[in-house]
Amino acid sequence: MARTADALLEEIHGPSPAQLLRRRVFGHQGLLIGGGVLAVLFVVAVLAPYLAPHDPYAQDLLARMRPPVFLGGDWDHPLGTDHLGRDYLSRLIYGAQVSLLIGSVAAVISGLIGTAMGVAAGYFGGRVDMAVTFLVNVRLAMPVVLVALAVVALFGGSLQVVILVLGLLLWDRFAVVMRASTRQVRSREYVTAARAIGCSTARVVLSEIMPNIVNNLIVVATLEMAHAILLEAALSFLGLGVQPPTPSWGLMIAEGKQMMLFEPWLVTIPGVALFALVLAINLLGDGLRDVTAPENRN
Amino acid sequence: MTAPLPTQPVLELDGVSKVYSVKQGLFGRRKPLRAMDEVSLSLGRGEVLGLVGESGCGKSTLAKILLGLEAPTAGQVRVDGEPLDGQNRRLLARRIQPIFQDPYSSLNPRKSIKDIISLPLRVHKIGDAASQENAVREILDVVGLPVRVMNSYPNQMSGGQRQRVAIARALIMKPEVVICDEPTSALDVSVQSQILNLLGELRREFGLTYLFISHNLAVVEHLATRVAVMYFGRIVEEAAVGDLFDRPRHPYTQALLASVLTPEPGLGVPDTQLGAAYPNPIDPPPGCHFHQRCAQAMEVCSRLAPPSCLDGDRRIECHLVSPPEGGGDAATELERR
Ligand SMILES: Nc1ncnc2c1ncn2[C@@H]1O[C@H](COP(=O)(O)OP(=O)(O)OP(=O)(O)O)[C@@H](O)[C@H]1O
Ligand code: SF4
Ligand SMILES: [Mg+2]
Repeated sequence: MARTADALLEEIHGPSPAQLLRRRVFGHQGLLIGGGVLAVLFVVAVLAPYLAPHDPYAQDLLARMRPPVFLGGDWDHPLGTDHLGRDYLSRLIYGAQVSLLIGSVAAVISGLIGTAMGVAAGYFGGRVDMAVTFLVNVRLAMPVVLVALAVVALFGGSLQVVILVLGLLLWDRFAVVMRASTRQVRSREYVTAARAIGCSTARVVLSEIMPNIVNNLIVVATLEMAHAILLEAALSFLGLGVQPPTPSWGLMIAEGKQMMLFEPWLVTIPGVALFALVLAINLLGDGLRDVTAPENRN
Repeated sequence: MTAPLPTQPVLELDGVSKVYSVKQGLFGRRKPLRAMDEVSLSLGRGEVLGLVGESGCGKSTLAKILLGLEAPTAGQVRVDGEPLDGQNRRLLARRIQPIFQDPYSSLNPRKSIKDIISLPLRVHKIGDAASQENAVREILDVVGLPVRVMNSYPNQMSGGQRQRVAIARALIMKPEVVICDEPTSALDVSVQSQILNLLGELRREFGLTYLFISHNLAVVEHLATRVAVMYFGRIVEEAAVGDLFDRPRHPYTQALLASVLTPEPGLGVPDTQLGAAYPNPIDPPPGCHFHQRCAQAMEVCSRLAPPSCLDGDRRIECHLVSPPEGGGDAATELERR
């Protein structure tokens, strides 16, 4: 009896936005898989010192290029060793740290820049909008890889330089998406109502507009995080990113490529890891978009 | 400052114009769009001024200017005799509050009803959390909503309930003037009358002054004490409600009233059956803006803009009422260009 009364109440009032979101999240497989894989990789990266069986920098020239267990190796080096005898699993685990660090910090930096520009353009319109649109066009006219290569060649490759370069280059999509979302939300009457109440511009933006566009921000952030991770790998592969002996997946692929014909697993193992990470992030981003979009349409 | 006389209007518009500059197409030049053209109106305390007119004639622009959300291009808005631009934005917000048309867009979907209604109190730092919650409870009762909706979200409510929430938000700071911009036109017909009755009760209870904007003449007749008819950014006729409905004198008002008698009145924009289309706002017709659609247009109407005439307490802009005589009208026309 009490059950039917509850059900009735829900029928009249419907679920709250939080309940709706929870329901959609748990009904979306892609999002759960992507989020799960990403969470596991994140935990692995954080706990790297405890999980890695060996020191990722320790060379053992007597144990070079041991194959992984599934190719007949032994359990001392489950994924084998590289050309300097360093434990491949340990390097892979520490490499997750590098990838996730570069991906998330670059996404945060570019997210801050792009969101500030996009929201300002969308909210104020007019001259501000023209200036931002101009900057976005200038930025889009620059090929990311070439600029990154030039800067890294100039200042030398290191983790910090790569993060900074990517963070300062990847804000364009944030700016474009945030500008469009802000324009859309700004024309809603609740924004006008907040202004008529006497809210400051900062308050209107932070408490009326941002909560309604933050879902788009998160989706773009996942895309750009994957983008940054792939670019880091590419730069490192070209020798212009993270410098050896730092364990970066891109660098591992680069170092393995000489031996690719004889020991293909040197390339496939970090390659698969990179693929899984980027796929997981993209699944998560797609899922978040699916899950939050209908609510926005309301 | 001297104490306002009892007869002094709360709100006054004095020759207010608003010109937007709009760009047509990608490479088009910017052109001026006169959304409001020398509008003068005054709103006495306790009065309900109905503002009617076709879509695009500038009603919402007028509302935004009164709320201080847009600055007039020319003219002056006065609150209790003091110019609006000299007033503190936050103080103004405590005295004038809006109720908008679309309750589906006027409530932030991410906020609970309690947060939405208490926002004005929080912004103006009135009372502590406990007294704010009490104020929300009280105002919910006033607008006829159960207290338990406090923790609901807008998506869990019907259109009529949402509009009650919007009314509660507008009234929680006890404003003097409420600007209702088509507050019922987005609602089901069955709910419209409930909201209108509520607005009427609230006016009596709190001594509110309303500017009531509507497409729907029946609604205006029901609620307003005075009516202003707007066409193409200008007030073409203004009179007491009974007077205007019994004896419309401007041809546009007559056409609007005639349209109410057609079947299904009040569903959206009245079909004015005026033949020619509403003129393009960036390319205003010369003379009287209404002459292409006016059944009683005379030769002079396409040349000279009619001057504004007072007839008792009725104000009207039409050559039929003031037969043109050379000098004065040429001046009006010059003025308007
Ligand atoms: N921000 C703006 N920029 C340019 N033009 C505008 C702007 N706001 C309004 N206008 C124009 O001003 C004119 C009057 O608009 P307004 O919204 O005041 O009309 P309205 O009478 O409220 O119409 P409706 O009944 O459809 O709500 C319209 O032609 C509109 O296109
Ligand atoms: S001035 Fe002329 S055109 Fe305009 S409303 Fe009067 S009669 Fe009609
Ligand atoms: Mg309007």
